[in-house]
Amino acid sequence: MRPHTPSPESSGKTKKSFPRSPSGRATSPSGPTNTTGQATSPSGPTNTTGQATSPSGPTNTTGQATSPSGLTGPRLSAAHSSPASDCATRSSKALLVRGFFWLIAAFVFGAAACSSTNEDTDLQVPLPSRETAVRTGGATTVFDETINAFARSAANLTTEQKRAFAVGNNFFNDNWVTAPASTTGRDGLGPTFNALSCSSCHFKDGRGRPPDQKSDDNALGLLLRLSIPGTGAHGGVQPVPAYGDQLNDRSIIGLPAEGSIGITHEEIRGSYADGTPYLMRKPIYTIIDPQFASLPENLLISPRVAPQMVGLGLLESIPEATIRALADPDDKNQDGISGRVNEVWDERRQETRLGRFGWKANQPTVTQQVAGAFLGDIGITSGIFPAENCPAEQKACAVAPNGGTPELDDHKLERVSFYSRTLAVPARRNWEDAEVARGERLFHQMDCALCHTPTLQTGENPEIPALSDQTIHPYTDLILHDMGPGLADGRPDFRATGTEWRTPPLWGIGLVKTVNGHTRFLHDGRARNLTEAVLWHGGEAEASQAAFLLLVAQDRAALIAFLQSL
Amino acid sequence: MKKSRAFALLPVALLFGITLSACGDDDDSSSGSSSGSTSATGITDSDKKQVIETYANIAHTAYSDSLASAKELDTSIDTFLADPNDATQQAAKDAWIAARADYLPTEVFRFYGGPIDNSENGPEGLLNAWPMDEAYVDYVEGNPNAGIINNPETFPEITETLLLSQNEQGGEENISTGYHAIEFLLWGQDLSPDGPGARPASDFTTGPNAERRRSYLDISSDLLLRHLQQVVMEWAPGDDNNYRATFTTKDSDEALRNIFRGMGALSQGELAGERMFVAYESGDQEDEHSCFSDNTKADLIGNAKGIRMIYFGRYANIEGPGITDLVATVNPELDAGLRRQLDTGVAQLEAIPAPFDQQIIAPVESPGKQAILAAVEMLEAQGDIIVSAAAALGLTINIEI
Repeated sequence: MRPHTPSPESSGKTKKSFPRSPSGRATSPSGPTNTTGQATSPSGPTNTTGQATSPSGPTNTTGQATSPSGLTGPRLSAAHSSPASDCATRSSKALLVRGFFWLIAAFVFGAAACSSTNEDTDLQVPLPSRETAVRTGGATTVFDETINAFARSAANLTTEQKRAFAVGNNFFNDNWVTAPASTTGRDGLGPTFNALSCSSCHFKDGRGRPPDQKSDDNALGLLLRLSIPGTGAHGGVQPVPAYGDQLNDRSIIGLPAEGSIGITHEEIRGSYADGTPYLMRKPIYTIIDPQFASLPENLLISPRVAPQMVGLGLLESIPEATIRALADPDDKNQDGISGRVNEVWDERRQETRLGRFGWKANQPTVTQQVAGAFLGDIGITSGIFPAENCPAEQKACAVAPNGGTPELDDHKLERVSFYSRTLAVPARRNWEDAEVARGERLFHQMDCALCHTPTLQTGENPEIPALSDQTIHPYTDLILHDMGPGLADGRPDFRATGTEWRTPPLWGIGLVKTVNGHTRFLHDGRARNLTEAVLWHGGEAEASQAAFLLLVAQDRAALIAFLQSL
Repeated sequence: MKKSRAFALLPVALLFGITLSACGDDDDSSSGSSSGSTSATGITDSDKKQVIETYANIAHTAYSDSLASAKELDTSIDTFLADPNDATQQAAKDAWIAARADYLPTEVFRFYGGPIDNSENGPEGLLNAWPMDEAYVDYVEGNPNAGIINNPETFPEITETLLLSQNEQGGEENISTGYHAIEFLLWGQDLSPDGPGARPASDFTTGPNAERRRSYLDISSDLLLRHLQQVVMEWAPGDDNNYRATFTTKDSDEALRNIFRGMGALSQGELAGERMFVAYESGDQEDEHSCFSDNTKADLIGNAKGIRMIYFGRYANIEGPGITDLVATVNPELDAGLRRQLDTGVAQLEAIPAPFDQQIIAPVESPGKQAILAAVEMLEAQGDIIVSAAAALGLTINIEI
């Protein structure tokens, strides 16, 4: 919902009462952004050249954050001297705009100076109480800051449920083997697949990452979803002939994998208002050695990494009405954020329902997500997805031995689903730290919380009462937002457009490094740390991103410190 | 079993504690609520420190014993590799079983991020990770080219660095090092209904990739020693900078919570859940703990004995005071119940017919399978009693794993 043009007034009428200087100024330039539309819109052309247009987010930055950098005339030229030729091509229109920015910049800078002196007293954002801050997942919360932080069961399960959890854990970790095998309980791998087990990608129930170099083939956790334009069965994607809707880059012995993932990077440079430069990498994906029919010209690729598994049952227990109420497709409240729900196909119920799981909210339930991953990622059939993932063109695949019909019986699927729903959210750390508290205020001030909803309430979950009626802090609204061209995959998925992503929950992100030894974030792990993850935000989050660019280093650090406390 | 003598001093200590608390709780504000509970329970910080000291002594001694028997295993493996034949192989297997008997009780020192499993450098995952996909290491039935050993193209040389780097790469069952990797190399897959795995000694002489397999076993055994050594050092007395130094001198309640958590999590989560109920429910031989050697039953008993040794504060020539002495002070009945439970618990595990894998594949009504389920329930209940015992001392713990 980019085409809103919030005036300073309209932004002032958001529920917040704090001075809101950062977003205040950010939103105003965002008006001009639209004006600059064409000039700035290099966001779109990200895929063209590197520097000049590259800065999808950043260029907007250059565009609108020119305002602040314009504050210091000399720095402006310094910071943006590299794309000089680009500047030239922008012509007088840009200059005009830039003049406008100067004006705003002056205003903004004053405000910023103000806020930095009395930010702690000025801001009225209520911070959570101790209890609510720490109990991220309500009564299910566990206290663990170790490598097992994502691997614990909800703290309030019954003994019987703990058993179910243990069994699910086992299947989650199990490596599947080629059928037939002496290990009859877990054969039927593939024939084509991405991973041998759930834990391959969700190691320690945590987060995967993209490979860093070509030889890094153990870095599982990234896969490519594929489709061609158009709508397939039940309003979902249109699979690619001969390949289906996901690239399986591994296969059992004796038949080919579908191809492998190629990644190159385009550098994106930008700078903060204070002149500090930054460099990000935008991955560009190709499919190497496609083994079947040649890939269509209009192939759509959506890269995805495996997210941490915590709190899924809590998210599933949020009443549908709550989520629908968070949507605001036409931005009626004029806060600059729209947000739409996805409506997806439920295989069990055979009907269209609210989508809540997956990077594009394309799965209605944890169980279906799990069954989908078993089939799509490991090649294991289940009651929900009983057919092997073998497109007609893959003849050897179709005749390869299977591990039963289905390979994963309903009971085991139920156990893995139960496990996936009851992995507990770890408590927050260091939340009382002054810097963290300041970061939390900034998080609200910059309107991050408009999508990363801090607090929600679960409803009744008759199947797992431990998840019922919990006040939780997932930092997500579970709905789709336009994140701008920089992050776009261009691959619609049910109602999600090619620029929309579901707000990912932020709970647990501060422990990814501990559990998984990396800090790769966003849908394809392109962000190499939390700062880059913030910088990549565009579209509906453009104003917040711009506000981040305006922060001084100390405030940026505070915001990151807050995120790390989650 | 009689109550430990070490705490015969308890009444004195108790008196002392009361005196202390009467003096005011100003000097121990660091332990927060614990100072309150100290006076309430009549247990002094010094009492707690003695128990914690016992625990540290047991940890050090038990890990030292594990190290000693791992050295014997290493010697046996060297002998086997020097001359691979049925006799030397059997001797190495026997040494492995003996080494496991020493190691299993030490699992009670897990689950709180101590020396064995802290996130920075705890070697647990390298020492004892399980379950293991054996096809990650070596050939299996139907896949003669499986595993690191049979893939010289991908892994040109079997080195220490390689084995360390491959552990848990690309999945939690991708285990390249530790006791279970060694077990698999000594026994091979268990494909027989009534015995353990039967890997031929020729796998180490004339079989495909025998030289690589030899290196693999040799290096795995060396790594085992190094990782055990690391843990022994962290628990060694007389070092001001190791884990023990902090553990025994800092916040006593924090140390006690960790001790209780280790006992409870091992009993309920790991033992009852992961190691027994999962195998019980799946009925799949793959899910038993020592699936190559058929040593599972001994493993379970070893774990249960570990819990008991900590509660009683007794191991080798170490005799308390143990956790039991603290609990008895505040709730003698609870203490007596838990002591009884720990004794009968071990006996109940001993009563499960062997081999374990044959019990789990049997029908649900079979006596063996019933015995497993009963033991699961017993260990779960035991976990809950451990939580209650901690609570009696004013300590809130959770035992999820």
